Parts: sequence; structure tokens; C-alpha cells
Amino acid sequence: MFKQLAFGTAAALAIGLAPVAWAAGGEEAHIEDIAFSFEGPFGVYDQNQLQRGLQIYTEVCSACHGLRYVPFRTLNDTDGPGLPADQVRAYASEFQVYDAELEDTRPGLPSDNFPANTAVGAPDLSLMAKARAGFHGPYGTGLSQLVNGMGGAEYIYSLLTGYTGVQQEQAGTLFYENTAFPSGWISMAPPLQGEDVEFSDGSPNDLHNEAVDIAAFLMWTAEPKMMARKEAGFVGVIFLVVLSLLLFYTNKSIWAAVKKKKT
Amino acid sequence: MAGIPHDHYEPKSGFSKWVETRLPVIGLLYDTIMIPTPKNLNWMWIWGIVLAFCLVVQIATGVVLVMHYTPHVDMAFASVEHIMRNVNGGMMLRYVHMNGASLFFLAVYCHIFRGLYYGSYKAPREITWIIGMLIYLLMMATGFLGYVLPWGQMSFWGATVITGLFGAIPFIGEPLQTWLLGGPAVENATLNRFFSLHYLLPFVIAGLVIVHIWAFHTTGNNNPTGVDVRRGSKEEAEKDTVPFWPYYIIKDFFALAVILLIFWAIVGFMPNYLGHPDNYIEANPLVTPAHIVPEWYFLPFYAMLRAITDDLWISQFASFITGGIVDAKFLGVLVMFGSILVMALVPWLDTSNVRSGRYRPMFRWWFALLVVDFVLLMWLGAMPAEEPYTSLAAIGAAYWFAYFLVILPLLGVIEKPDPVPATIEEDFEAHLAKSKAADDGTQAAPAE
Repeated sequence: MFKQLAFGTAAALAIGLAPVAWAAGGEEAHIEDIAFSFEGPFGVYDQNQLQRGLQIYTEVCSACHGLRYVPFRTLNDTDGPGLPADQVRAYASEFQVYDAELEDTRPGLPSDNFPANTAVGAPDLSLMAKARAGFHGPYGTGLSQLVNGMGGAEYIYSLLTGYTGVQQEQAGTLFYENTAFPSGWISMAPPLQGEDVEFSDGSPNDLHNEAVDIAAFLMWTAEPKMMARKEAGFVGVIFLVVLSLLLFYTNKSIWAAVKKKKT
Repeated sequence: MAGIPHDHYEPKSGFSKWVETRLPVIGLLYDTIMIPTPKNLNWMWIWGIVLAFCLVVQIATGVVLVMHYTPHVDMAFASVEHIMRNVNGGMMLRYVHMNGASLFFLAVYCHIFRGLYYGSYKAPREITWIIGMLIYLLMMATGFLGYVLPWGQMSFWGATVITGLFGAIPFIGEPLQTWLLGGPAVENATLNRFFSLHYLLPFVIAGLVIVHIWAFHTTGNNNPTGVDVRRGSKEEAEKDTVPFWPYYIIKDFFALAVILLIFWAIVGFMPNYLGHPDNYIEANPLVTPAHIVPEWYFLPFYAMLRAITDDLWISQFASFITGGIVDAKFLGVLVMFGSILVMALVPWLDTSNVRSGRYRPMFRWWFALLVVDFVLLMWLGAMPAEEPYTSLAAIGAAYWFAYFLVILPLLGVIEKPDPVPATIEEDFEAHLAKSKAADDGTQAAPAE
């Protein structure tokens, strides 16, 4: 029985896991693997890190990028940055949001989303950490993601730290060479140089740490309920292990008579 | 219900007699649940229950998702994010629905290949097989339509590519494509009709599933030996079978629990693993993704579609004899749909009178190669459309067709099958004796 079961499972795995809908590009971009706190089945967001990331977003990224799918009130989530409610209210009011009823802009409320930002045509960052994958190998099968995760946050980190300093002009637009960007040339100027923001708790603000913090923050904006999801996953797995064991022994005892065996 | 002789429901209480004379629904349920089932079924016979479970889960989660989803090009993507962020439990509902599709297809492929190996398609089960193929086609249509609804980049461009296939049909292609899309390109009208059909087709599938079960409850289940259950008398049949309840329901539930364990771990810990990152970018008709790739379960057929290029002699030949009407693109479409058609016709292509691959020494190797071919095509479907991948895919597609159109018809003639057990009971007892001997020999814990 176990031989057949093992065969069935192996066949299932071979069909199910081998191919992942990703085609590897021509040139391999360099993606740094960062040990983020939220990785793995038990990984959680680091609240202080998310708050630092929020500060970097506010002071640097928000100049060009929006977070249109993220409601301000979620900054209060204990699984997220966990800002106190009054700080969330104060923070939201610093943004001007469009109100369809007023037909005008007004200061943001916690119930509003972050405004979109289309000033220079930069992409929205709400889902960026899920819209990119850092790891694709081996041979385009995506199997490495089973170990490393999808690598969306790693991609963001690698992009922010991947500028070589070389630039070139094409058709009136400046392009910057970047080792993480798929084509190698990106139109975004290096947004972080290190020491772009000053953290109130004196956390290190060199380029590496800033890039890690903003990547973690953007992972949270993309997947704000990750911790609830992993909890549900863990509880469900425990429940199903117990259920499987009970059904295994039930099945065995039911079949014992047919198989003329003593239980 | 005709079929294997067995006990039928006898109403005892006054109430059940009253119901049964007016609507024999209790008897119908009894006959369905207590259906005599070959007692030698192995673990590849569990996928039916998994599939039924998937259909229920997909409909249940889908009905709730619809309550929060907006089928409009300007709002669809945002409404999915609304489900993910603001709807209570919405994030889990969507991840279950999304990964549920993958489990559904994994199960259907295991189910189909089980049928292909044990000859479940052979007489008298041809109708069961054909209905099954129809269900599979509808599943593919439903999966594709559903993938368009979140209105991400891969949704949009997947829809553009797949509906473009219909555009490749000579003469009627372009009007047909316009009719399908509701306009010259993928737009709001397309999203609306895809949404409507995505909600409709699962119920058509549910109807066909009932016919599928009805059909094989009439013929009886196939089994690993392919030998029929003896039907001379109830006593004789009972030597070959056990009632479905409790023996197989409990066994299937055990298998289902183990499969759900893996499924739930994927939903909880890596729900986006089987998806494509590009679908978290809102659809943009002006930006084409670098690689347009369908979901994993379409990849083998996508590989066959792309394998047909202008350079292949077969496309040049087809173009030559039809005066250019059949070009490589249309031939690719024919190959893709043809690959499923030949599978549907397998009851009439396989000439061997032995059902089960277990007793067909040559068939076994060709079948194993078909499974390898399928997995290889799946990988090739995810690769860019360039050499050497397209040539490999052409070879893979050629084998797929050769298996059904050449190898299976010939094998029935040239192969000398191994001896087949006379009855299911004989096979069951032989296995029992073997596993008993193994237990006595090693004193290890019994395998079952």
C-alpha cells in the first residue's frame, strides 16, 4: 500500500510542482538573498522595521510612487506597522486625497487609501513585492522558490542596491545601469544613497539597511495579512494531521475484516 | 439502476414508505452510496473524490467571492485587492479558490492518466470516458475564464492570446474572435461575458459529473486488473466487491485528508507559488509582458501550440496542399485541440482486448514515456519560444499523437499480454497472501 501511495504522491508532485508559470529571461539578473524576518512558515513582520520602512516611503518613495490599494487605517494593524490610532489619523491628514462627493481634494482620513501618484508615471508600489519574483531557477522551473520564497522583497532590495553608477541617454531619457533590473537599464534614478532618512531611534541608515527596511515595508503593503494566513495555515495543518491519522486507523480497522487480519 | 446485483433499499418506517412511493430518493441515495465496488482498487482510485471535493470548494468559495467582486475593467483589479484587504476572510477565500484550481487540475491529470493506464476507457465505459473528456474541456474553459477575472497583466494578455487562437481559423476566424470578445479587442465587454460564463460553466460541470457517475455506476468501476466483477448472482458479486460505504468512502477520505494537508500548507505558506507575479500588475493594453505564460495546467498544450512553426515540414506541407489556407498558426491551433481530441477517441484507437496496463508488458513502457512526455511538454510550455525548446516541443507533440494514433492501434496487434487473473477475488487473495508473507518474513508493521 505504501509503495503505491508513495508512487501516487511522487507522480502528483512531479506533475504539480515541476512547472511553474515562469519563463526565465535571457540574462540572469543578480538577486541578493536577504534573511527577512517574515520568511518561512513561522516568519513574522518586524514592527519596528515596518515603521522605518514607512518613514523611508514617506520621505523618499512617495515623491513619485503611490500606494493606492493600501488603506491608511491598516497602519494601525498589530500585524503591520502598528502605529497608534492618533498617529495614523495625523499621518493620513498629511496626504491630499480626492473626494468624489466634494469633487475636490481634502486631507486624508484613516478610512481612505494612500493616494495614487501618477506625477511622473512611476508604478504603484502597493503590490510590487508580489508583482516581482527574485528567484526563477533552476532551468526556469521555479523549484528554488520552494526553499527561497518568491523573492519579491529580495528583488526590491537588489534593485535599490544594484546601481552601478553608469548611465546613458537614449531618446532624451536617462537610463541607469542596474544589475537587478531585467533589461539592465532602468529609468528610475538611484532613489537611495544611504543616510537619506534619519531614524528617531538611531537605527542604522546606510544604503543596505534602508533598502532592507523599505523592501520589508513593501512586502507588508503587498501582503498585509501574511501573519494571519500563516496562522491559519499552521492550525489547518495540525488539524489535518490529526484528521489524517484518525482516518488512517479507521480505514485500517474497517478493512481488517475484508483482509482477514487481526487488528 | 442496472449493474452489479446487490441489496436494495427497503423502506421500513411509515414515513419512509410514504416518501419512497412518491419519490424514491432514499433508495437512489442508498444504491449510490452502497454500490458494489471492486475490492482491489488501489490508491490511484481516490482522485474522483478529490475532484468532487474540488468542484464543491470552487463553487462555494466562488459564490462568496462574487459577492465582493466587480466585473468592470476599471474596478476588477481593485475589487480583488478589496477582497484581499478589507473583506473578512477574503484573503483566505481567494487563495483557496486560486490554489483550488491547481488542485483541481492536478487531480484531473492523475485521474485521466489512471484511466489511460488501467484502460478505464475501454468498452463498456466509452461514454464515461467521453463525458469525462467533456468535463475536462469545460474545466479548462472555466479555469481560463476565471484567470481573466482579476484583470491583471497575465489575465489580459492570456485572454488576448487564447482568443487569438480562434482568430487563426481561416475565413470565419476574425468575425468569430470579435463575436467572442464582444469587440475588436479584449475590453469591458469581454470581461463581463467571461465573468458570466465563469459562473455558469461550473454548474454545467456539476451536471456532467452526475452523468459521469451515473454511467460508471451502470458499468461498474474499473479496477487495477481490468477484470469485470462477476454478475451471475449476488453471492458471486460479493466475492469481488465491497460496498462503497464504508470501505471506499473512509479510504478516500483518508487520502483526501492527506492531499488537503499539502494543499493547506501551500495556501497557508506559499499561496502565490503556483501563480504568476505579473498578475499582481493591473492589466495594461499598452504594455506587453516579456513572457506570456498560461497557468501550469495549460502548459503541455501551450507547448504543442507553439511547437508548430513555419520551419516545420509539416506546416509547410499543410500550407502547400491547402493552398496556404492552413498556415502554421492555424495548424498549431489544430494540433492543440487535436491533442485532446485524440485522447477523447482513445476507446476506439486502442485495439488491445486486455484492459489493464498491468498485463501489457510493451504498453507499460510506452505509457511511461507518455507521462514523461507530458511533464516535459509542461516544462517546455514555460520556456521562451526559441530554440532548442520549440524543436523539443515538436518532438514531444509528435510523440503525443504517435502514442494515440500509431502505438496504441499497433500494440493491440503485436503485443503478447501477460496472463490475466480470472477474477478480482483471485487477484485480491494473491496480493493478500503476498503482503502476509512479507509481514511474517520481516515482522515489520503491516503496510495496511
